[in-house]
Amino acid sequence: MAGAHATQHPKLQHHFDNLDQQFEASALGMWLFLVTEILFFGGLFAAYTIYRLMYPRAFAEASHELDVVLGGVNTAVLIGSSLTMAMAVWAAQLGKRGKQLLFLGLTMALGLVFLGIKAVEYSHKFEHGLVPGPDFRFESAHDPGHSQLFFSLYFVMTGLHAVHMIVGIGLMAVLFVMAFKGRFTRAYHTPVEVSGLYWHFVDIVWIFLFPLLYLIDRHGPVVH
Amino acid sequence: MDTAATPRSNYLTDGYGLKSWLLTRDHKRIGLLYLVSVSAFFVLGAVFAGLIRLELMTPAGDLVESDVYNKIFTMHGVIMVFFFLIPAIPAVLGNFLVPLMIGAKDLAFPRLNLLSWYVYTLGGIFTLWALVNGGVDTGWTFYTPYSSAFSNSHVALVVVGIFINGFSSILTGLNFIVTIHKLRAPGMTWFRLPLFIWAHYATALIMVLGTPVVAITLVMVAAERLLHLGIFDPKLGGDPVLFQHLFWFYSHPAVYIMILPAMGVMSELVAAFSRKRIFGYEVVAMSSLAIAVVGFLVWGHHMFVSSQSVYAATAFSLLSFVVAIPSAIKVFNWSATLYKGSISFDSPMVYVFGFIGLFLIGGLTGLFLAALAVDVHVHDTYFVVAHFHYIMVGGTIMMYLGGLHYWWPKIFGKLYHEGLARVSAVVIFIGFNLTFFPQFIVGYLGMPRRYHAYPPEFQLWNILSSAGAVILAVGYAMPTFYLLYSLVKGKPAPANPWGARGLEWDTPSPPPTQNFESTPAVSEPYNYAK
Repeated sequence: MAGAHATQHPKLQHHFDNLDQQFEASALGMWLFLVTEILFFGGLFAAYTIYRLMYPRAFAEASHELDVVLGGVNTAVLIGSSLTMAMAVWAAQLGKRGKQLLFLGLTMALGLVFLGIKAVEYSHKFEHGLVPGPDFRFESAHDPGHSQLFFSLYFVMTGLHAVHMIVGIGLMAVLFVMAFKGRFTRAYHTPVEVSGLYWHFVDIVWIFLFPLLYLIDRHGPVVH
Repeated sequence: MDTAATPRSNYLTDGYGLKSWLLTRDHKRIGLLYLVSVSAFFVLGAVFAGLIRLELMTPAGDLVESDVYNKIFTMHGVIMVFFFLIPAIPAVLGNFLVPLMIGAKDLAFPRLNLLSWYVYTLGGIFTLWALVNGGVDTGWTFYTPYSSAFSNSHVALVVVGIFINGFSSILTGLNFIVTIHKLRAPGMTWFRLPLFIWAHYATALIMVLGTPVVAITLVMVAAERLLHLGIFDPKLGGDPVLFQHLFWFYSHPAVYIMILPAMGVMSELVAAFSRKRIFGYEVVAMSSLAIAVVGFLVWGHHMFVSSQSVYAATAFSLLSFVVAIPSAIKVFNWSATLYKGSISFDSPMVYVFGFIGLFLIGGLTGLFLAALAVDVHVHDTYFVVAHFHYIMVGGTIMMYLGGLHYWWPKIFGKLYHEGLARVSAVVIFIGFNLTFFPQFIVGYLGMPRRYHAYPPEFQLWNILSSAGAVILAVGYAMPTFYLLYSLVKGKPAPANPWGARGLEWDTPSPPPTQNFESTPAVSEPYNYAK
């Protein structure tokens, strides 16, 4: 079987006819995986929607405890990383090794900045007793019980998003090593393309999380 | 090529060591890895079923304490649903046959396919670990707040096990969809696909769209137990019924993950043993997709008595009637295929007739349960238990076994004892009906499910049911022996022992590692006319 394909591209797996077919399969596979991710996060968004409709006041109060500045900076950081990711894909399509390394490195760095800021935010929540459980103390709130629901959802949603970021940074590290070895050429750059899809998806999840969690009723005093 | 096992190497002889199996990327070998694991879980789940039937022989709860009984029926449900019924046909027969039937060399992502088996095994290890540590007592449905706040059993371990196991399902579904889209042989147009493929395509859609929802739901339960977050906790204003919505959003379509592949097998067998093109091929194909789509809109019929609004309940009731239509279309079309067919009663066909009978009863009693007023009466009784066993066991397992018998010569290149196979199919049919039909009656009379003790007037029906379970066990044990015996002493199988149509019969038995000697020529499906 190796002999039959000896003259073909070394990255072509035996069960595909050509690299185009192989790339299309990989891309479709990643899109489908992202569909599963939408439904995975969808369960949480459904829970968020229902509880916010049930307890709008508790959600608004609790949301005001989040740091809009840090959240806003993180949003900018992630959008920036989507740009560098897109540039990395472009560099891979052209087979430019130096630019691949530069943009993959930048994407990774921005991802790490995001996680660092997220860690600072989490530690503030621990200091201020805003972590649900026995140590929860958000007594100034009118509705402390229901605000625990908000913070539970906040930690599960942003926590899962952070896990996805960590996976993404791991992917970037693998791509970086592969790029360093000069694996990506005009003919073959599938891993960069499909990892890019994943990275953009994780960004988009944050684009939804940021307003839903940080920006509730910021336009005026609703509760106090 | 038509006479005997070819001396050429095939996928079974292509490497012999343990490593050649555990690191294989061949979809056929991975299918066999699943066959072994799935069978092991079936035996374990059956042991728990046996314990249930043993306890229910007498009205008094004298064999085990109620706490232990709770764990027994929970482990029976968890193992049978998540580790047997959901993977059985797709991961064993589907894995083996999807590439063969569409003329591909492998699934699109062979490494992911192998990974899915390891993920399944890891999820199984978690579940077994919980089992030996004392088990779990929530029922396979993990209803909150009992599962999240009160149960003292190993809920978190099992929930994590099922979460992990879910990814094997997602990976399998994803692999099937991409393979069917991208790897069809030249000439294999969509409306030339065997109905087994259409059924697996529809199944894969449900796997991909539904499984992530139950995964995140179980994450929330685990977060509540392990991290003391509150999502379904009524003390914080959380809604335990939300859990039921999210759970059934997956777990009702999961029933179609179990039955759609069985319907796919059914279509292949009916055509092959009637020597006819399946009646209304396009309609049967589309009805699979219709079941997959409408199946996502009926979950509320599990919650008619869970504080659901009357309007929601009415809508869910109507939609549940609607989903019966494509299933009924299939049954009518299979029956119409038999008409003036050249029918032979080879063992897979005996399973076909068993399936029609059992699925008909299971499906029609499903309509009873979809009707609001009747459901309120029989909710959580043995009527429900009998209904879903008729679908899951009577439907899915009949076709799993029917398919296994049909493709056994292809998979292993050996012929089994045909007489014993027919006898076992009949024994299973009789044992199954004796086990579960009395449960319809005793359930309608008011016996609730999930209790280890019951009023003495129900004893007759329960003894009949337990007696049936013994016959059923004999029926399931028989294939284990004669099929395994065939591996040692069976006659070599020709490439196409049934004279069936389909690309999988155009290649030697067992197939070579590459599936086909050369790219196969594709014609119309079920081309039995000549």
